Amino acid sequence: MLKKVLIVDDDPDFLDQMEIMMQKDFDLIRATNQKEAEKLLETVTVDAAVLDLMMESADAGFALAYHIKKKNPATPVIIITSVMSETGMDFEAKTPEEHSWIKADAILSKPIRYEQLKHEIQRLMEEKNA
Amino acid sequence: MPELLKVLVIDDEPGMRTGITRALRDCIIDLPDIGQQVCFEVSQSGTAEKGYEIIQQSQPNILLLDHKLPGMTGLELLKKLELKNSDMLVIMITAYASVDTAVEATKNGAYDFLAKPFTPAELKNMLQKASGRLMFQRQARKLAEEKKRLRFEFISVLTHELKSPLAAVEGYLNIMKNRDLGDNTSAYDHIIDRSLIRLEGMKKLIFDLLDLTRIESKQKKREITQVEINLLSQHCIETANVEAQKRGIVIKADIEKGIIFPSDANEIEIILNNLLSNAVKYNRDNGRVDMAIKHDSEKLIIKVSDTGIGMTEEESAKLFNDFVRIKNAKTHKILGSGLGLSVVKKLALLYNGSVSVESQPDVGSTFTVELGKVL
Repeated sequence: MLKKVLIVDDDPDFLDQMEIMMQKDFDLIRATNQKEAEKLLETVTVDAAVLDLMMESADAGFALAYHIKKKNPATPVIIITSVMSETGMDFEAKTPEEHSWIKADAILSKPIRYEQLKHEIQRLMEEKNA
Repeated sequence: MPELLKVLVIDDEPGMRTGITRALRDCIIDLPDIGQQVCFEVSQSGTAEKGYEIIQQSQPNILLLDHKLPGMTGLELLKKLELKNSDMLVIMITAYASVDTAVEATKNGAYDFLAKPFTPAELKNMLQKASGRLMFQRQARKLAEEKKRLRFEFISVLTHELKSPLAAVEGYLNIMKNRDLGDNTSAYDHIIDRSLIRLEGMKKLIFDLLDLTRIESKQKKREITQVEINLLSQHCIETANVEAQKRGIVIKADIEKGIIFPSDANEIEIILNNLLSNAVKYNRDNGRVDMAIKHDSEKLIIKVSDTGIGMTEEESAKLFNDFVRIKNAKTHKILGSGLGLSVVKKLALLYNGSVSVESQPDVGSTFTVELGKVL
């Protein structure tokens, strides 16, 4: 059985593309904003989550990551964003200081390479299971 | 709450220093032009040398400076201070105000003069004038900073809005290039359609942006003519009908006969096109759009109603700002530049007019634009 991966992005075309590229590897569950995702998570348990950063608010992805980690700290969360290239704002979830406020296991920059994303999701799921 | 301004008095006469300190203590001055009040905190020095130190440490807002001082003179201190890069206002106090001193002091950045002897009322008058200037400068600076911040925000949102469709099209092109959907070409129809739709949205954004820039820069010459509103609105309805018919939406028009409205036809067209295309875009399938235009005591009143998804009060409140798109589950498949209504509002202001909206979620919205005399 394929692992359930929640994917949240406010661009429906991005979600369509993810579905085309990743449906053979994962069982994708889609949402287009933070609210919708939180509602989904009330009834569904996912194995990993891939979140866009800027949705209905500039940090919706962070808020959602926090929500997911609070429910289950072992769920791998990846944030994808184009913020870095647009604003020059730089953050990675690598140092302990960053981990204290960014509740994500990895941050990837758009445009996404599917192979890299797939690899990252699988690596994090294995890590959490180990 | 009065704004506290720091005043430094440099004068070798102790009586003068205490006199000024006493006059300004517990005194609140009204600045009616700016709608603010100021009060003062006074420090003092008997020499220019000591005064210079105080200025370096505490950076007073206003300096009351005697010209004749035991060591360094007031004028010498003024030169040393290099006031060009500072916000401090200097008022020279002098008993023997010669024209030469005055010219020299002004050259070196003194703001005004106060001739000895002066009454507390004269002192307060002078400080009212100086404080007004200071507060005005502050407000101007704040406004300039706010403008800069808004501009930066606008550009970063704009970049984001322009990059999103590019990324979407790029993603689809890569899928096509790698034949990710197999060799059957019809499998790609949907993603080709989506690419075209995203490019169309991007084009609309660029056109809206051009409209906005033209209005804001006031560079384009407006051509005010006697515009036949019936003819113009028929034309706009035809444009909107293309999209409307695809989704079974009916556009009904109730336009007063024979309206001639002095305006720039191009501007009115942009307003009508934006209102109509929104009414179609945010409508339900097989819905209805009603447009009513009437002419009432030199005012042109345009009302466009739809039977669409509507908005909450909170959503409508922020609707007319740049790049505001109401993002929720009902709107995420609808493309918009987020600039259309902001353009409408800016155009309405050119006619001393206004835009308003009444809306109910899942029932529909009515936009009303009122245009007056062209400005």
